[in-house]
Amino acid sequence: MTAIIALSLFGISNLFLGFWFPRKTLQTVTLLFLAISIGLTAFDWNHEYLWFGNMFRSNNTSINFSLIIQLAAFLVVAFSNHFGNDEEHTHPAEYYAIMLFSVVGAILMVSFEHLIMFFVGLEILSVAMYVLTGSDKRNLRSNEAAIKYFLMGSFATGILLFGITLVYGATKSFYLANIAVAIAQTAPESMPGFLYIGVVLMLIGLLFKVSAAPFHFWTPDVYDGAPTIFTMFMSTVVKTAGFAALYHIMGGMFGGIYAKWVLVVYFVSIITLIVGNITAVYQQSVKRMLAFSSISHAGYMLLTVCAKQPSTTSNILYYSLSYTLATLGAFAVVKIVSEYQTGRNEKPENFSSFNGLAKNNPELAFAFTIALLSLAGIPLTAGFWGKFFVFNDVLNRSILYPVIIAILMSAVGIYYYFKGIVAAYFNAGDIEKITIPTVYRIALWLTTIATIVLGIYPTIVKNLF
Amino acid sequence: MYLLFILFFPLILGAVLLLLKPKNAFLIALGGSIIEAILSTKVLMDFSQTQKPLVYLQSWIPDFGINFALWVDGINGILIGLCALMIPFIIGSTAKSERANNNQFLGLILLMQSALMGAFLAKDAFLFYFFFEASLLPIYFLAAIYGGENKNAITFKFFVYTLFGSLFLLIGLIYVYLRTPGAVHSADILDLYATANALNASQQGLLFLSFFIAFAIKMPIFPFHTWQPDTYTTSPVQGTMLLSGIMLKMGTYGLIRLVLPMFPLGIAEWGFTASVLSVIGIIYGSIIAIQQKDAKRLLAYSSFAHVGLMAAGILTKSTEGIQGSLYQMLSHGINIIGLFFVVEIIERRTKSREIASLGGITSQSYALTVCFVILSLGSVALPLTNGFVGEFLLLKSVFDYHVTLGIISGITIILGAVYTLRLIQKTMFGNQSRITSDFADLTGAEKWILIPLSVFVILGGILPNYILSFSEPSVALLAQWFK
Repeated sequence: MTAIIALSLFGISNLFLGFWFPRKTLQTVTLLFLAISIGLTAFDWNHEYLWFGNMFRSNNTSINFSLIIQLAAFLVVAFSNHFGNDEEHTHPAEYYAIMLFSVVGAILMVSFEHLIMFFVGLEILSVAMYVLTGSDKRNLRSNEAAIKYFLMGSFATGILLFGITLVYGATKSFYLANIAVAIAQTAPESMPGFLYIGVVLMLIGLLFKVSAAPFHFWTPDVYDGAPTIFTMFMSTVVKTAGFAALYHIMGGMFGGIYAKWVLVVYFVSIITLIVGNITAVYQQSVKRMLAFSSISHAGYMLLTVCAKQPSTTSNILYYSLSYTLATLGAFAVVKIVSEYQTGRNEKPENFSSFNGLAKNNPELAFAFTIALLSLAGIPLTAGFWGKFFVFNDVLNRSILYPVIIAILMSAVGIYYYFKGIVAAYFNAGDIEKITIPTVYRIALWLTTIATIVLGIYPTIVKNLF
Repeated sequence: MYLLFILFFPLILGAVLLLLKPKNAFLIALGGSIIEAILSTKVLMDFSQTQKPLVYLQSWIPDFGINFALWVDGINGILIGLCALMIPFIIGSTAKSERANNNQFLGLILLMQSALMGAFLAKDAFLFYFFFEASLLPIYFLAAIYGGENKNAITFKFFVYTLFGSLFLLIGLIYVYLRTPGAVHSADILDLYATANALNASQQGLLFLSFFIAFAIKMPIFPFHTWQPDTYTTSPVQGTMLLSGIMLKMGTYGLIRLVLPMFPLGIAEWGFTASVLSVIGIIYGSIIAIQQKDAKRLLAYSSFAHVGLMAAGILTKSTEGIQGSLYQMLSHGINIIGLFFVVEIIERRTKSREIASLGGITSQSYALTVCFVILSLGSVALPLTNGFVGEFLLLKSVFDYHVTLGIISGITIILGAVYTLRLIQKTMFGNQSRITSDFADLTGAEKWILIPLSVFVILGGILPNYILSFSEPSVALLAQWFK
């Protein structure tokens, strides 16, 4: 709670600091701000609070999600490299401020107890993302991505809002607890049919935000078009917040009518796994491949939503964390390599521009490898346990066929993730030594080491959940 | 504590070699692997004195009942012995290598040893799986960085193929694990035995298939072998030694350790099909081996044929079959590593592995010929060599199981003699070719590898009892689950 207030104030003050301070200081200050808010969030550990007329709940689960979101934001800021030296076209103070605001939105999305609070959080996050996607003003693709994202996003928001009204109409409340009680106490026959329409519409809106197929069409274009640094932010913060909200709503509020919605999620997760993985195989651009990989990971996380076990929340947390670390690591390497290749190589984000990376940049190649191994779910990395916990949950419900599809798709996944490793280690290329800024390097090592440590000893964080 | 040491010592040493890049990497690696071998021997001696499994237990993921549990008994003891004994030879075979960043190469070998040791030592099924998959990484990098022609595509296929198979194993393991009693499930191998045994026939049948695919790809068994000849041929020879000498034994070990005791009903249903596939592999591998022009490829197919017989023996569910396959794993590991090294020696000197272009080496290097012949005789299972003991037990068990299958797999001895003796004849004897006319004699380092291996071949043939009695009580104990 204090973290939200602090982050909002920090965001505003960031806007003013932009007048006086150089870029580098702004980055440091933003990192400091995020560190403070992480501290404030962690301070509430083991306390349960309700705020804003019981619309906002802070408990250990929401704190864990908030911490992952803020950690992701912290790392993204560390990777932002103070947005280069382009004085005319980039506005670091605004970007940092918008990022801080969107973190506020994400925290609301993991802590709501009231659908309006959820909607407010979602909109704060989404609008901020529309702006950041289009922040590369002179780049046509960035503009196109922003328009696409905005149009599709607002459409999805509309559907979601429509779903919320229908649910309100059926249950006469916006409070999650009251809605759950209303659903539990009404006999299924006397429940108005439009409740289920409302549930499905809300589900669609949420699935859009987590980029599950068939609502994923915006993802590749937006991830590809947005500046890499904001793609990082989008693929981690939005995904984590989206899944926390999705499970909070579907598993918590609509847990009573699990049997009614589970089939939908079941099919969506299968389609997502297939579409995400198969399409990723054909990508030439690493950034686009990671966009499809983000879609496919949504499929795995939806599987655990289908299972709805007591451990599901903690699985989503663990999966989000491992996915966040690996995605940030991979994107960080993509960002620095493609910046180096810009001007040297026609398509700086393609696999071919990673050829021979390991020769003069063993550090980058190693971080890239670990990140990709974790995304592929190979043992010794966090991603393995993420998948393990998901499969464990799903098999506990004896849902067998999606798991088989998930296995087949994991094997497909290995194929496209390894394209990156093969390019970096085994293909010939002539990448010189790339200079990495110190903050960047520390953040990169942090993601890499955390991925390995979580892979060897997952209990470290699993205990917290 | 010794168990922990033999698991982590190669890992630490390998990491040191990879990160610190010391100058005399070869000596460090060789010394380390010898220390490892000595300590492993001590562990095995400790076990054989009491015949009581040595266990190390440490909680790993308590919420899921997953433990960091290691043990040594008569079954994995053989494989631990093989792994500890052979790595010094594999490392020794890189002596005087002029490879750039040799430290990285040796570091990867040691990491591989650690992963293999982990898979053999594991008492917790998920720990086994963890190392089973993790072992792919070092060998993949070893083969893909230092490999030969078309290495990227081949090693990639190998990696994806084998990993794909092991995912089925993971699902099967989780399925059984979730049925273990208690609020917190257990992944201890012995608990899984009891749980899996209680499942009904159709469940066991499906689980058997999911486990079998994983191990069949690893070994490999027909028709899952398509990755194997290319990978063996393109890998640097030390990688091939690791793959064929030790890593494929993870598959046969998995069959013995997990599949047999867990799914007796599943084997009743599918075991015959699996045996037929294994026997097809024996014949198919042998016939293709006869036609090979490339010596390394010939050995790859011979390895494929041998492993088929081991699998067929294991699937008979008889004590002889298991004992024979354990013995054969050990002898095959020794023989094939020696044979691959012989081919490597020839290739180093002549830059060729093509059988037709060689010949007459014996007049240049008598020692090489002797060692080559001894190792080959071990491989064709001549009496008084180590191969004989294993193959005899295996063939006997297959005969008892099914006479026709027994007769067909008996042909392997004839076919094996054909391709092995043809290989010797065309390379060692006959007329000298242009490239073998200045063949240099064995160097000291090479002798230090080939002669001990040849001695092992003979010793294994004369004194098999020590090893057979080492594993017998444990095999009898295991047999309680499926008799």
